[in-house]
Amino acid sequence: MDTGQSKREFRYVGTRPNRPDGVDKVTGRAQYGADMTAPGMLTGAILRSPHAHARIISIDTTAAEAIAGVRAVITGKDFVRLDDEFTRDVQENCMAREAALYDGHAVAAVAATTPVIAKAALAAIKVEYETLPHVTDVDAAMKIDAPVVLAGRALETVPAGMSQNVTNACEFGHGDLDAGFAKADLVIERSFKTAATHQGYIEPHACLASVTTDGKADLWCCTQGQFFVRTLCSDIMGMEASQLRVTASEIGGGFGGKTTVFIEPVALALSRKSGRPVKIVMTRDEVFRATGPTVSSSMDIRIGMTKDGRITAGEATLRYSGGAYPCGTVEMGAQAAFAAYDLEAVRTYGLNALTNRPKEAAYRAPGAPQAIYAVESIVDELCQKLSLDPLAVRLQNAAKKGTLSSYGPTFNDIGLVATLEAATNHPHYNAPLGPNQGRGLSCGFWFNFGGNTCVSLNINTDGTVGVTEGNPDIGGSRASISLMAAEELGIPYESIRTIIADTNSLGYNDVTDGSRVTFSVGLATIKAARDAIGKMTSRAAQYWGIDADAVKWVDGSAVPAGSNAGKFPPLTLAEIAAMSPQTGGPIAGHHEVNVDGAGVSFGVHLVDVEVDPETGFTKVLRYTVFQDAGKAVQPDYVEGQMQGGAVQGIGWALNEEYIYGEDGRLQNPGFLDYRIPVSSDLPNIETVILEIPNPGHPYGVRGVGETPIVPPLAAIANAVSRATGVRLTELPMSPPRILKAMKG
Amino acid sequence: MKSMHISTTINGDPVEFICDPGEPLLDVLRNRLGLTGAKEGCGTGDCGACSVTVNGRLVCSCLVLGAEVEGVEISTIEGMANDDQLHPLQRAFIDGAAFQCGVCTPGILVAAKALLEKNASPSDEEVRFWLAGNLCRCTGYDKIIAAVQVAAAEMRGA
Repeated sequence: MDTGQSKREFRYVGTRPNRPDGVDKVTGRAQYGADMTAPGMLTGAILRSPHAHARIISIDTTAAEAIAGVRAVITGKDFVRLDDEFTRDVQENCMAREAALYDGHAVAAVAATTPVIAKAALAAIKVEYETLPHVTDVDAAMKIDAPVVLAGRALETVPAGMSQNVTNACEFGHGDLDAGFAKADLVIERSFKTAATHQGYIEPHACLASVTTDGKADLWCCTQGQFFVRTLCSDIMGMEASQLRVTASEIGGGFGGKTTVFIEPVALALSRKSGRPVKIVMTRDEVFRATGPTVSSSMDIRIGMTKDGRITAGEATLRYSGGAYPCGTVEMGAQAAFAAYDLEAVRTYGLNALTNRPKEAAYRAPGAPQAIYAVESIVDELCQKLSLDPLAVRLQNAAKKGTLSSYGPTFNDIGLVATLEAATNHPHYNAPLGPNQGRGLSCGFWFNFGGNTCVSLNINTDGTVGVTEGNPDIGGSRASISLMAAEELGIPYESIRTIIADTNSLGYNDVTDGSRVTFSVGLATIKAARDAIGKMTSRAAQYWGIDADAVKWVDGSAVPAGSNAGKFPPLTLAEIAAMSPQTGGPIAGHHEVNVDGAGVSFGVHLVDVEVDPETGFTKVLRYTVFQDAGKAVQPDYVEGQMQGGAVQGIGWALNEEYIYGEDGRLQNPGFLDYRIPVSSDLPNIETVILEIPNPGHPYGVRGVGETPIVPPLAAIANAVSRATGVRLTELPMSPPRILKAMKG
Repeated sequence: MKSMHISTTINGDPVEFICDPGEPLLDVLRNRLGLTGAKEGCGTGDCGACSVTVNGRLVCSCLVLGAEVEGVEISTIEGMANDDQLHPLQRAFIDGAAFQCGVCTPGILVAAKALLEKNASPSDEEVRFWLAGNLCRCTGYDKIIAAVQVAAAEMRGA
């Protein structure tokens, strides 16, 4: 560990400057996915299956093609069947081939001169379906006689004798469970269910594709990762990566849901066929029916505790469904379930089952909120039954540096104890409660990722700096990247402009996911700045006629390293930049890396609720988030992640769910019936940032974006339980469900 | 049906356009007039991202027809700044980090301005209820409410 980190004094990092894209975003200038146009552009539109599961017998597009103004019609047959299963699943999710696997699955698409003509063309396409039995519930899908969604997709890890819908299986843990449970004074075992929820970004998916007759293509789209879009689309379209330039628009929210493609290959195929640019913008109905939701889950949890609060063993079986295609998200749930605890005996099992639902897309800490909700509910119930303080019990059992984690690695410096202590000492924890009110808490955890990252940093001749990075800015990251460049170079934040490159302007960057951007792009920016500094000190050395290693960089200037190096006045970055044409040409720094060392992140949420005994309605009264950020680079946006994640979790806990009818169709594909939290539902979300430096980053930064969605589910469930005296085991805790539980 | 010819005023400018009789004002603004500041988040009046005012009244432009705006005065996010001077709400939203992705921001700013024109000193509760028709998925609303109050205080003092 670099023990000097916590003592480091920062000049720019940790301040709260305005974001560089601020004015664009308050004036309507910022260009999102649907805001781009091209000369000669056509409108693309997609026909979707009205059936939960159906074989496509035939598709007759002749009447649609005959409509004046229709320039292209495509079906699954317009795409080559790919050998690689992962990419084939992505392609077939964008456009079905033999069968429609869920309500809303795309089966055909048109490009026409106006939206009205496109809509008429969709209505003129005749699809003959043979409807098949369907299954939308994870437990039903695992039964041996359940309708099979896709056959032959089980991985080798899946035990024999299970339903063909079971595709993924995993197991994690260590220690002797039987011995552990034998030491417990109380063992509680319960089953839980959570509904699938949607990321709910306000901007629907949108793209503009333009393919030329010589095989070049440009694609503009709202995405969390333009490079991954290029990989997927070039594979699906049979193109070389160099010929497909993908530009990421400003992105109107993603939360993981924009880490893959849905409409982009369709727009490219329509553009290739019509020879014209094609724009596709999803409706909200399409967003709900055909993109992103989380897994739905069904879980069995067993935990043992001694009378004095020591957890002796924990066991979890997680059954997740990631919809109609194989999905490994359960592996992350199984790893995260008990991550907050230092346990002698722990075992988690995970299974994924196919259902006739949309293909799962990542949603903020994918897989963790469900599992940790179930574990944290039982820990709370054990505390209630043993009359123990729930924060003290968590502190007593908390994972810390040196703990063998429940999923394998041994933890390095982590902030769980610090966040728990901060919660214990916060006035919220001991504030008085009124009738029908309860206080709940939960720990949360996320791994955080690093990954492939590439940054260029150009020193302009006027002494300003341009940073080019490759990750869409989803919540203010351009500000944090500029701050880290300013810190390293020693020039003002305002002298730096950070932009996000298209796929032809920079090397490959992994998707904006895994809370990786401020951590990984920040690390690469710091190293790129150091590369540029090395070049600038060389130029100064050359100018002074001394050795390059006799020059060092201090507060934005090159200075002689010591008295032996000679006596020269400092050369500022601006001075070195201005004379760069005479000293060897332009100066730029680069760094390319597959980043390791992302520090795991822990948080603790504390919530007070009041449950109306007449209606079962839960009002959130007070909410406080405690989280370790490693180092908060721009604290406004760290707080914003903590607040936004908490509120998404509140929605998950209380309101949000995918509701399927007996017919297997989604019944609430709109914001009226799929109700995300609105401002009048909520109190202020208080935040407490802890800073336990991550040894894997030069400034100690950890990812902060995902952890905050993890604790709210159990924190609210525990608060509701303490307010009502009954334990709910299914999310969302909608008023009817709470009322039913209260009436026993 | 034949397109309709409409004359109206947008952000003080005289504007003429043709549209289909069933075409939402939002589509006219975005696709015919190049005013893409108003966003379509739902098309059903549930999210508020397309908020504009028509004769001073706050509306979802996805629920108003282009054909209905003959002779009215429309204000959109593009008209909120006074030439090169940002409106106090716009400044407060930047200073207070009151947005992350920013796609709901134009609608929220238009709605908040309409609130402060009716009520110069709203309570937090009143701001929260007024903005309940504007969905934001990123921020949890906390910094939005605070920024509206900062702007309101500044405007009262001005």
